[in-house]
Amino acid sequence: MTARAVTDATFDQEVLKSDKTVLVDFWAEWCGPCRAVSPILDQIATEHSDKLEIVKVNVDENPQLAMKYQITSIPAMKVYQGGEVVKTVIGAKPKPALEADLAAYLA
Amino acid sequence: MRQLIIIGSGPAGYTAAIYAARAQLQPLLIASSVEAGGELMNTTEVENFPGFPEGIQGPELMMSMQQQAERFGTEVVYDDVVRLELDGDVKKVTLGSGVTHEAQAVIFATGSAYRKLGLSDEERLSGRGVSWCATCDGFFFKEKVIAVVGGGDSAMEEATFLSRFGSKVVVIHRKDTLRASKIMQERAFNDPKIEFVWNSEVVGITGTDAVTGLILRDTVDGSERELEVGGLFIAIGNDARTHLVHGQLDLTTEGTIAVDGRSSKTSLTGVFAAGDVIDPHYRQAVTAAGSGTVAALDAEHYLAQLGDSVVAEAEEIVAAH
Repeated sequence: MTARAVTDATFDQEVLKSDKTVLVDFWAEWCGPCRAVSPILDQIATEHSDKLEIVKVNVDENPQLAMKYQITSIPAMKVYQGGEVVKTVIGAKPKPALEADLAAYLA
Repeated sequence: MRQLIIIGSGPAGYTAAIYAARAQLQPLLIASSVEAGGELMNTTEVENFPGFPEGIQGPELMMSMQQQAERFGTEVVYDDVVRLELDGDVKKVTLGSGVTHEAQAVIFATGSAYRKLGLSDEERLSGRGVSWCATCDGFFFKEKVIAVVGGGDSAMEEATFLSRFGSKVVVIHRKDTLRASKIMQERAFNDPKIEFVWNSEVVGITGTDAVTGLILRDTVDGSERELEVGGLFIAIGNDARTHLVHGQLDLTTEGTIAVDGRSSKTSLTGVFAAGDVIDPHYRQAVTAAGSGTVAALDAEHYLAQLGDSVVAEAEEIVAAH
C-alpha cells in the first residue's frame, strides 16, 4: 500500500477532521532519508491498516503545512488524533525502531 | 553457509563487494534499512572522486557502485545487523528481521556516525533547528541566520550549501584557522553570505520549541556571549561506528577498529574491516574504496587458505586409510 498524498487544500478534511488516527509523513523528493523510510511506512500501514492511516505531505508543494507544523527536518512523521499532534518522530529509522516509537498507536 | 558477508554499503562496502563478487565469492552485503549507501547519500556534488571530471552527485555515485557490485553477483539486503558473533570458524550475523546468516568470513565496513556536541539542549532541539544534514534540512531555513559549527571540509560544504537558503551563515570554529582543504576554504571565504566566528565554542543552545540562539564561549579568554540564530548545523567530525563489535574486536585509542599494519585483518581471524571504521585520519570516499579493496583481497586470500587446508585434511584422511 502506497501512502496517499495530502495537500494544503485537503489536510483539514483528510487529517484534522478524520475519525481515525493518521500519521503524516512530511517528505521531499530531494531527501534521501525520506526515500529510505517511505517503503517502511508503507509496510507499517499495510500491517496495521485497522489502527493507523498513513498519508504523505510533500513539503515543497505544500509550504503552508510545513510552516504551520514547524517542520525543520525531514522525514518528520507526525501522528494526529482528533486534529491534534500526539506524537512526532523525526528522521529515518529502521522498522523495529519506528514500530517502537509508534507502539502506542499500533496496538 | 556463505563464504563472505559484507556489512556496510558505503564506498568501502561496495568496493569490497565488487572485488569479492568478481572473485566468485558471491558475497551477501547488508546495506542497512535506512542508511543504505552511507554518508555520500547526503552529499550533493562529489568533485574529488577520480573518473568524474564534471563531478557526480553522491547518491548517483553510490547507486552506480551498487549496480557494479550486483552485476558480478553480490546479493544486497536492506536490513540492519543487530547482533554479531565473530569468534570461531562460523561467523553469525543476525538481522533486524530475526534472520541469522552464517559465513566463513566477514568484512566490517560500517563507517562512522556524526559526532555530537554533547549538550543536553542538542538532543532536545534536534529536528527543531538542530541538524547534522544541510542537504536534508537546509530548505527549511530560508531567510534565517544559520550557524554551522566546525572547521573541516564538511563544515565548509554545509556552510556553502546553506548560504543559498539562509539570510546569513555564521561558521563557528574553536580555533583561528580551518582544517578544511584550500579549495573549500576559498569557496567559503569568497561567499558574501558566510561570516566566521573564530576561537569560539558552542556551550549552549537556546529556544523552547525551536532554536533561537547559541551561547558561545571564547576559547582564548573564556568570555561568553549570545548569538541569535534560527538554526544550527553541527559538522564537528565523525566517530567510527563500532558498537556492534565492542568486546569482540580490538579498537585503537582513537576508537577505530584495530587492523594489522596496512592490511584489513582485525584481532579475530576471518574478520576484516575497511573504510572509515578503521580510519581516524583520511576518511575520503576514495580511501574507503581502496580500503574495501584491501579487505576483499585479504578475505579472498583467507578463504583460499581455508579451502587449501580443507583439501589437505581430506588428503591426509585418505592417505591414512
